[in-house]
Amino acid sequence: MTFKKIREKFVESIIYISGTFTTLAVLFIIVFLFKEGSGIFQKTALEEGYSLAVNKFNPVTKLSPEEIKGIIEGEYTNWNQLRGNNDSVYIFTLSDIESNFTEEELGAEFEHLNQKISEYIEANTGVLAFFPSKYLDSTLTKINVDKITLASIIKGRDWYPTANPAPQLGALPIVLGSIMVSLGAILIALPLGVIVAIFLAEIAGETLKNSIKTVIELLAGIPSVVYGFFGLVVLVPFVQQIFDIPVGETALSGSILLALISLPTIISLSEDAISSAPQELKNASLALGANRLQTIFGVTLPYASSGIISASILGIGRAFGETMAVLMVTGNSAIMPKTFLEPVRTITATIAAELGEAPTGGIHYEALFILGTFLFIFTFSVNLIAEFFAQKRHS
Amino acid sequence: MNKNSIEKLVFGFFSSVAFLIVAIVVVILGFIVYRGIGIISWEFISQPPKNGMMEGGILPAILGTLVLILGSCLLAFPIGILSGIYMNEYAPKNIFKKFIGMMTNNLAGIPSIVFGLFGLAMFVNFFQFGVSILSGCLTLAILIVPVIIRTTEESLKLVEDSYRLSSYALGASKFETVFRVVLPMAFPNIITGLILSIGRVAGETAPIIFTVAAYYLPEIVLSLSSPVMALPYHLYVMATSGIDLTKSRELAFGTALVLMVIVLILNFSAGGLKLYFKRK
Repeated sequence: MTFKKIREKFVESIIYISGTFTTLAVLFIIVFLFKEGSGIFQKTALEEGYSLAVNKFNPVTKLSPEEIKGIIEGEYTNWNQLRGNNDSVYIFTLSDIESNFTEEELGAEFEHLNQKISEYIEANTGVLAFFPSKYLDSTLTKINVDKITLASIIKGRDWYPTANPAPQLGALPIVLGSIMVSLGAILIALPLGVIVAIFLAEIAGETLKNSIKTVIELLAGIPSVVYGFFGLVVLVPFVQQIFDIPVGETALSGSILLALISLPTIISLSEDAISSAPQELKNASLALGANRLQTIFGVTLPYASSGIISASILGIGRAFGETMAVLMVTGNSAIMPKTFLEPVRTITATIAAELGEAPTGGIHYEALFILGTFLFIFTFSVNLIAEFFAQKRHS
Repeated sequence: MNKNSIEKLVFGFFSSVAFLIVAIVVVILGFIVYRGIGIISWEFISQPPKNGMMEGGILPAILGTLVLILGSCLLAFPIGILSGIYMNEYAPKNIFKKFIGMMTNNLAGIPSIVFGLFGLAMFVNFFQFGVSILSGCLTLAILIVPVIIRTTEESLKLVEDSYRLSSYALGASKFETVFRVVLPMAFPNIITGLILSIGRVAGETAPIIFTVAAYYLPEIVLSLSSPVMALPYHLYVMATSGIDLTKSRELAFGTALVLMVIVLILNFSAGGLKLYFKRK
């Protein structure tokens, strides 16, 4: 083999290897996302390193995270509300140590702390002790808290990952927030987008079409932070004034902004689909006496329907995954949304906002990675479905 | 009403919708220019921030963005172009090619925050690169590789097969055909795609929040292992959490304008190049 051939083969082998890049990237992403998040399924919904202990006469052996939250907040005041005896619930934590024991009793290096805690628990039947595990003797009766499962994350209705002692990891409000905002965006963007696509493909002349297309490409090129900033400064106060609500950061603002962001995608894909309708079909319709409007709605649009569906699905996927713009205009509350005129939280915004403060490897961190894995799988499936519809068109 | 007047009405409505969209774009851009132009000055662009972001300029953020663009493009361009060449010229048209194509399209559609998470998990934590320019550039590179692959493929597809066949007929090898005939012809379109992806990198925030971005780094340290300020992240922080919101709001407008100008210049040069090459 000549030197030239060797060189060529070398470069060609690099080319073949680079063909695998995207597949490898997808694989690595799935693996790493799941790896960082899966640790959460081994953990219980209790702050790490802590345990709950009760008096040995207390029949309650298990508490759910919601029940623990309810106890802390004062919702449950008696053990008989929790399948136990008629005893007042009495919470005993580190902050109560000082008020109940003297320094002498605890010892200079707190060597008597464990013993004192055990004594206290023995003495009070209604106590619920919450301490780092190392301060609780193994002889004490501990409460079992359920391990976190996928179901608990999906169905849980409270998202307070930094709550003490039981972090609440219910992602339902966040998922609903994402769904609401994305659906709202598509409801606005799809009609507008298809209308503009029809205009570009069938009505506008060549120069007008090209100028509008340039403007649409401008719209597509604006970074999402800039959209978010514009939304924050203009859209949010506007919504606040028009609807006379306390804050303008709402799901509606998010939907409007997302509609703007997905509009270029929907317009260009729909326009492609509409232009691909064969001229013969349109001519046949016109020959039969239909005018252009009737041809568009009777012939062209049905032909392009699968392409338009594919475009809208991609638009939904894009809206679902948008981060910065929604983060800046939908507000900060991860509560179950009831209307469009209240703040919501999307999955993307939650990850972006909370990851910075979640300690690496902790429950919160892992929960956010689980959310990220879900996001990845969701957008991946959406893209597959959209591609399926796009392929249908070519049959 | 007869069908023709209905048609006129509906078409009129459609064109007003189209113009509405155009108007919205003009309003957004115009608003940012209007509020930001007063902040832009030579000092703003060339000075580092002072006084806890209340005064001074955004030079580190501009430099940071430029460094991120440079690094990620150096990584992504070769991989993306070579992959695109593979897909269109070398890959046998079987189920594997379809599979790889599917993977590429899906990778292109993944939310940017997922890339940020991945970058955090793999580069910052697993490889221990920490929050650094290295992590950021790697993450951003993975973000734009699918886009580059797609535009390269499209550009190569535009080169008619007759060119390839004539080259083979003259005795050239596949390699020579691809690199001496097809690629030069497709290059203008590829360059256009590359410029557009630069625009994308310049504006991305979510991938860099956890992998490279810092908020207040007045001393510019351009080493691979240090975090750096970047325009989009800067805009985000200024807009949402400045200490004195009225003052930082003004600076945010300036940042937004600078970012927009960079992105617009890139997009317009890509469009202009496209037209230039179309005429040749």
